[in-house]
Amino acid sequence: MKMIPVETTINGDRTEFLCNSDESLLDVLRDRLGLTGAKEGCGTGDCGACSVTLNGRLVCSCLVLGVEVDGAEVETIEGMADGEMLHPLQRIFIEEAALQCGICTPGILIAAKSLLEKNPDPTDTEVRYWLAGNLCRCTGYDKIIKAVQKAAAEMRAA
Amino acid sequence: MHESGCAAFAPFAESWKTQMRYVKPESFEAASAVLVAEQGIARILTGGTDVLVMLKAEVVEPDLMVDIKHLPGMRDIVSEDGGYRIGAAVSSAQLGEHAGVKAMWPGVVEGAELIGSTQVQNRATMVGNLCTASPAADSVPALVTANAMARVHGPDGARDVPVVDIPIAPGKTSLLKGEFISSIYLPARPDHAADAYLRFIPRTEMDIAVSSAAVSLELDASGTVTAACVALGAVAPTVRLVPDAGAALIGTKLDAAAIAGLVAAAEAACSPITDKRGTIEFRTKTAGVLAKRAAHIAYSRAGGKT
Amino acid sequence: MALDHQAKRDFKVVGTRVARPDGIDKVTGKAAYGADITAPGMLFGRILRSPHAHARIKSIDVSEAAKAPGVKAVVTSADLASPDDEYYADIRDNCLAREKVLYDGHAVAAVAATSKAAAKAAIRLIKVDYEILPHVTDVDEAMKPDAPVVQEGRALENVPAGMSQNVTSHFEFGHGDLDAGFAKADKIIERTFKTAATHQGYIEPQACMASLGTDGRGEVWCCTQGQYMVRANCAEVLGIEASQLRVISSEIGGGFGGKTTTFIEPVALALSRKSGKPVKIVMTREEVLRATGPTVSTSMDIKIGMTNEGRITAARGELRYQGGAFPCGTVEFGAQAAFAAYDLEAVQTLGWNVMTNRPKEIAYRAPGAPTSIYAVESVVDELCQELGLDPLDVRLLNAARKGTLSAYGPTFNEIGLVATLEAAKAHPHYNAPLGPNQGRGLSCGFWFNFGGNTCVSLNINDDGTIGVVEGNPDIGGSRASISMMAAEELGVPYDKVRTVIADTTSLGFNDVTDGSRVTFAVGLATIKAARAAIQEMCKRVAKIWGIDEDAVLWEDGFAKPSGPNAGTHPPMSLAEIAAIAGNTGGPIAGHHEVNADGAGVSFGVHLVDTEVDPETGATKILRYTIFQDAGKAVHPDYVEGQMQGGAVQGIGWALNEEYIYGEDGRLQNAGFLDYRIPVASDLPSIETVILEIPNPGHPYGVRGVGETPIVPPLAAISNAVSRAAGVRMTELPMSPPRLLKAMSA
Repeated sequence: MKMIPVETTINGDRTEFLCNSDESLLDVLRDRLGLTGAKEGCGTGDCGACSVTLNGRLVCSCLVLGVEVDGAEVETIEGMADGEMLHPLQRIFIEEAALQCGICTPGILIAAKSLLEKNPDPTDTEVRYWLAGNLCRCTGYDKIIKAVQKAAAEMRAA
Repeated sequence: MHESGCAAFAPFAESWKTQMRYVKPESFEAASAVLVAEQGIARILTGGTDVLVMLKAEVVEPDLMVDIKHLPGMRDIVSEDGGYRIGAAVSSAQLGEHAGVKAMWPGVVEGAELIGSTQVQNRATMVGNLCTASPAADSVPALVTANAMARVHGPDGARDVPVVDIPIAPGKTSLLKGEFISSIYLPARPDHAADAYLRFIPRTEMDIAVSSAAVSLELDASGTVTAACVALGAVAPTVRLVPDAGAALIGTKLDAAAIAGLVAAAEAACSPITDKRGTIEFRTKTAGVLAKRAAHIAYSRAGGKT
Repeated sequence: MALDHQAKRDFKVVGTRVARPDGIDKVTGKAAYGADITAPGMLFGRILRSPHAHARIKSIDVSEAAKAPGVKAVVTSADLASPDDEYYADIRDNCLAREKVLYDGHAVAAVAATSKAAAKAAIRLIKVDYEILPHVTDVDEAMKPDAPVVQEGRALENVPAGMSQNVTSHFEFGHGDLDAGFAKADKIIERTFKTAATHQGYIEPQACMASLGTDGRGEVWCCTQGQYMVRANCAEVLGIEASQLRVISSEIGGGFGGKTTTFIEPVALALSRKSGKPVKIVMTREEVLRATGPTVSTSMDIKIGMTNEGRITAARGELRYQGGAFPCGTVEFGAQAAFAAYDLEAVQTLGWNVMTNRPKEIAYRAPGAPTSIYAVESVVDELCQELGLDPLDVRLLNAARKGTLSAYGPTFNEIGLVATLEAAKAHPHYNAPLGPNQGRGLSCGFWFNFGGNTCVSLNINDDGTIGVVEGNPDIGGSRASISMMAAEELGVPYDKVRTVIADTTSLGFNDVTDGSRVTFAVGLATIKAARAAIQEMCKRVAKIWGIDEDAVLWEDGFAKPSGPNAGTHPPMSLAEIAAIAGNTGGPIAGHHEVNADGAGVSFGVHLVDTEVDPETGATKILRYTIFQDAGKAVHPDYVEGQMQGGAVQGIGWALNEEYIYGEDGRLQNAGFLDYRIPVASDLPSIETVILEIPNPGHPYGVRGVGETPIVPPLAAISNAVSRAAGVRMTELPMSPPRLLKAMSA
């Protein structure tokens, strides 16, 4: 079976790849494109560590086939910073110790960024429910919620 | 195998399993044709949030994956005869962002928006949820109480089927080979009408419903129930429409006796199993509790005052 | 300069909130975890696992698999060595089953192939002929004399005759006259508790890349809590010389004890040796839950006697723990920890370990303690309810203090239990009003903390920066804390210090990152290494100034004359000394190797408010406050992070997490959908109060903090639910179906 050619845009860059029909977008990002920022924590859409945005929508890349992103725009954690400039969420996560082992961090940052684009002034409850699909086992979520709120405040003021 | 109008790849012989073919047919007819022609296992791809999980678990190994998201109308929500036609590829999140549907059928939207996580809701579809036919499907009970109709496309054209007739057993639907659902129709509502959906899960998100209930009510101007529909999920092999539960509410303003009748009828209608998510007694008990609570919410949304 | 072992009490760097060194890599996705690397020519490994809970392996036919397209190697247990040491033989047998498969998911064979798809297809071609045997998964069932025997001949001598062969060991601790103690009690409560097994739930599945040549030289990249442990295990299991194997620890995506052993690394090495290529293996989440190391499940009897005034007069616990299909010693920790918070005249704890057809247990944050302390704190709480006493006052009345003979043997030094109890009592949470269906609960918690084998090498770089080389993977922010301690000791800014975690070739042996030992032991070794470097720098400066070594002191990053007799010399900074090191004798470094002891125990108290829905049994956590003694909080953010993270794991353990086995002995919930760990919306904000009662065994007073926080939530929540719902739950998790059933009874 020949592999399927796909043309897409990843973090603003035109990207072409070949993949098998049953490979997930996560498999493609990690194994074919060297974009290992998205992580496989479960492969079944239950942990959110593979989160990316697809045409502006937050999704689990393990639940999208590689072939489905033909003609689409994908944003991963590797595209969140602007060269040397970290996104406020990234910088504030470090400042507020909102990560420990960091394996869930790329997924949570992508998810939080997506939230703040949709709702720049969420309540703590809204943040928690939005992030319910991003499992973290190290932090107990507390510092994550605080960091998201601090970044949201900074972004609103900007 | 038909080649008309679809981008398909011929199977390539390997000494290990032939790879899954992925096709994007360009019309409803072509989609039906490729499904009918398939000798092996075919699956339909809309949101993918169930089928990709099954792929990963090696529970199913499709020979053919038919992606229908791009077909005309699949991603659209359109007003029709006072109600709404919702394309099969409309995601839960997209549904929740539609002010009109949300106002008219809040319970349907609630059901769809409770599936999985934010990430899952951005992909999952009511139609996919319906066709996966899990007894615990979140979108189904409220679609049933809404008297929603599924538009089924097949080799012989299109037909409309009440949503309640789609799931026939866990994992099985009444769809014939070559058929797929292209849209769901939610009918118009009179004044003083509303629905609600509740489910029980052990955490606050992310779980499969242990039990669930949808209630749709129509009231008259005085707040008396004139029509009531109650459906339960996760307490039987398929969604359970409970006419007695609805009947218990008609002509009442949800007084204690009416509620007691509702709960008794709901409990009596349950035939759940005990499994890793809940016991028979727990599911039965909570189904009654949720039916009661959903009835109160629907009543209050419809303008009723208790 | 005098090098007394003196405790420092006012700090410049320690105690501040600096940025961690791995932060940018982690927030940009650059950080390399176990599954994130590739190598030229790399093969993909995949493991075939038993679908049976217990079966004899009659034969394994790999011939078809070996011929399958893309397959370069197939291995079974026959490809591994035969260690004499029982400890390593068990590891070997767990990595690849030898004569029997002992649990659902037990690895049987593995292939390495040129693609994931080829490996997946090849696995299916391996034919295993099983003779299915009866199985046992419940701890009490497994102790019965007629229970199916998991392994023969594994019982230690102290197990009485007549018990099932599944009972492998027996422990006993305590002191005093129990009968006399119970006779003095006004009220005695005796309860039996059962808890289900849980999993550490690290979000990163185990992953490794291994390369091994036929000459016995190899390399492993893996996510692990101990690269030296990986080296030792792999050397024994593969029959190669340890020092020929270089093990590099990647960034680790969570461990919590679950990555203190090896599952896939020896298999990957065996495949690599056979195929001549590097082999990458990444576990799926299902494999992680089925076939790594969950906790024990337990059955416990606790009996406590109390006077009307609240004094505990006697306490007894019998603990039965099952640790899976191999002998396990966790019940010893559980037995030791159970009554550790109390000053008791008469106490006894007995522990039994039992084998079952379940995966081999490995550590999970304070192993053995959460369950035994849950049981004890529940009975103490019930006594408080029965006698109408304030639960905090009763804890204070009976609390262990400095000088208390502990229930497990040692006499306590300075400990922080009373301080945490008093802080809890004074906190607004304790007296905040509660509404209907709401209840408040509390529990003490404890962990021993460990020291262990530790090596640190500290280099003064010629540009005036400091390189600290240590051998313990960072699972909680320890690189920052280590750098802080080095900066503190040397008197230089934090950002001049870079701490790296070395591979096994760079340092002597380091025990795994466990036992909350790193900030304590690696910190201690770093401080001593820094002092050694300081001594060398002072020696160099003394030479330059032409005075005695003793006449030079080190202060705030400068070498200075120690007094007027030393003469007038302008202070020399570390950077200045470093810049000319080549001229004064060569590069400057300090190092320290030690088996550290003097780790201080860490006590904590948790307060929780819960609300129970009386119609569904759903429990909501309304408010949570943690009080814990950190000795000295090097980086307060990270101490708070440990407290909050551990507490949330305990919350999951109390409410929803459990291993569910079917009648067929197979695990039914091997995924994050039905193995339910807390999600963000399940929790409120968690307040933390850090107490600091310095540990005399560490130069800065540091105590390990990582493990204690998982201990109190189980009983704190159970006690809160007891007051909210009027039922005492003696089985964990207190999932809604169980709670509703208890409330309806």
